Amino acid sequence: MNEAREPTAATVTDAGAEVLAAVPSPLWRFASDFAESRLAVLGLVAFLAIAGIAVFADFVVPQNPYDLAQLDILDNRLPPGTKGLSGMTYLLGTDDQGRDMLSGIIYGLRISLGVGAASAVLALLIGMSLGLLAAYFGGRVDSLIMRVVDLQLSFPTILIALILLAMLGQGVDKIVFALVVVQGAYYARTVRGSALVERRKEYVEAARCLALGHARIVFRHLLPNCLPPLIVVVTVQMAHAISLEATLSFLGIGLPITEPSLGLLIANGFGYMLSGKYWISLYPGIALLIVIVSINLVGDQLRDVLNPRLRR
Amino acid sequence: MAVYLIRRLLQSIVVVFVMTLAVFLGVYAIGNPVDILINPDFDQAEFERAVRALGLDKPLWRQYLVFLGNAVEGNLGRSFVFNEPAIRLILERMPATLELALAAMLIAVAFGIPLGMIAGYKPNSITGRTIMAGSILGFSVPTFWQGLMLIMVFAVMLGWLPSTGRGATVAVLGVPVSFLTPDGLTHLVLPATNLALFKMSLVIRLTRAGMREVLLMDFVKFARAKGLGPARVILVHVLKNIMIPVVTVLGLEFGSVVAFSVVTESIFAWPGMGKLIIESIYVLDRPVIVAYLMVIVFMFITINLVVDMLYSVLDPRVRLVEHKA
Repeated sequence: MNEAREPTAATVTDAGAEVLAAVPSPLWRFASDFAESRLAVLGLVAFLAIAGIAVFADFVVPQNPYDLAQLDILDNRLPPGTKGLSGMTYLLGTDDQGRDMLSGIIYGLRISLGVGAASAVLALLIGMSLGLLAAYFGGRVDSLIMRVVDLQLSFPTILIALILLAMLGQGVDKIVFALVVVQGAYYARTVRGSALVERRKEYVEAARCLALGHARIVFRHLLPNCLPPLIVVVTVQMAHAISLEATLSFLGIGLPITEPSLGLLIANGFGYMLSGKYWISLYPGIALLIVIVSINLVGDQLRDVLNPRLRR
Repeated sequence: MAVYLIRRLLQSIVVVFVMTLAVFLGVYAIGNPVDILINPDFDQAEFERAVRALGLDKPLWRQYLVFLGNAVEGNLGRSFVFNEPAIRLILERMPATLELALAAMLIAVAFGIPLGMIAGYKPNSITGRTIMAGSILGFSVPTFWQGLMLIMVFAVMLGWLPSTGRGATVAVLGVPVSFLTPDGLTHLVLPATNLALFKMSLVIRLTRAGMREVLLMDFVKFARAKGLGPARVILVHVLKNIMIPVVTVLGLEFGSVVAFSVVTESIFAWPGMGKLIIESIYVLDRPVIVAYLMVIVFMFITINLVVDMLYSVLDPRVRLVEHKA
């Protein structure tokens, strides 16, 4: 840690700034606290790498699995490392349509991460606003919102998602909606908890005395101070959302077959598993696992770093 | 105490009504039941007769009361697919699900508590760290993929255990159970393990946290100072104190085990109510979906109620707070 700090102190020559540099900025302190866990850094790097690959999928895949002209049906269900008729080596094998598994997984990652991120962000916005409203206004607003939240939290997420999808049917928008509903309650709960504490502090009082509007107080003053626990919940919930989407898609009630996420790829291989063709299910599952584990590692470390009780 | 119990009971009843309303509105009002329930070849007169016969011409609140009245009598409609009362289909499959869930809880506790105690006793040892790393993995692996891997290793590659169905069952008090026959027991191992691993990670973490907290307390020091052996201190004094949170969480988690058995049952073709609900969603068998939801809601509310009551018995602080309020 000392090594990391030296360059900043060395580059600053001014004596006054040197004193300032000795007290690291909150962001820098946060980063160096985070970097204390090598596993967490590894998780962050792995996640960013995977996200990068998923975003630039079109440029990195060896084959476009949805372009029929590039497929050869005779190359179906080849084990990993086989050279196919088209002259291409399938590193992770092929599926029942002769599609390269590696390319399929990369596109699948894009869909899975996209759905996970979209639902996490939407759920964050909605849940956060509800939680802030509940904490700021209190009274009836609070008890109405929190009753609904408590009711929802008393049922497991998969059950609620199952019910919603049973009513709505398949589709990207529908699964995002279901995931948002399921997760919103967690954000609302978390924000309300920290906002209730913050609300009583003097700076909120001061803002009120300045006759600032409710919206300004809530979003500009209250919200930034409630962020730390929220960041932890975002990471945990994103991992959860990705896992839940994969599960629902695997069961055949999540994404439609036109959006082959990792869950659908795994479901596709399930039928061939009993005949020993393991790779169709194995590799998409490993990709999914790496994503979830890396997000969880980051989340675990964030929880330790951002928890004021563990501040050293 | 009595006041607390009555209030808690009333709350539960309100929740049951709210949930029936939500399920009713969700399934019967958002989608149009006419499309599904009535033959599209009907002409206008027949159509209207059918609508009247089904009570769909009445205002929504009347329909809800009729639905509620029928539900109280245990009539939740007939399955379109099986042409049997939906509630009977669910109840027939319930024992299989409960058996699976109980077996999973048993495995989670039997392995999770000792592992958590080891990890908490020596948190920085290699064993302790390995156990914790394993529990992070257990949290992260999606249940459905984990199930496939269990099938791949133990059923396909090693060929040790069967991967589908319940195997031979024997009737105990008229309810078929698997775990009493050797064949049924081997069929139970894989699905129950699959369902148990996630909860086992949870138990490990809870036990470890409790262990680390309790070990620092004065009564533990006192017990050691009295000259009690480490085995007695850990197994009697410490264990007693970490059991309260573990038991409560497990009680609450039982419902989620039942809910998650949907996934495990689908993979291992375990003939429980989770597999039934997934198949019913595929074919839009609404009465079965509704019946399943009502049964699950009822079950959850009962579990929450029982856990809250047990908690107030085990931990007097909960009662005291209620009294003050």
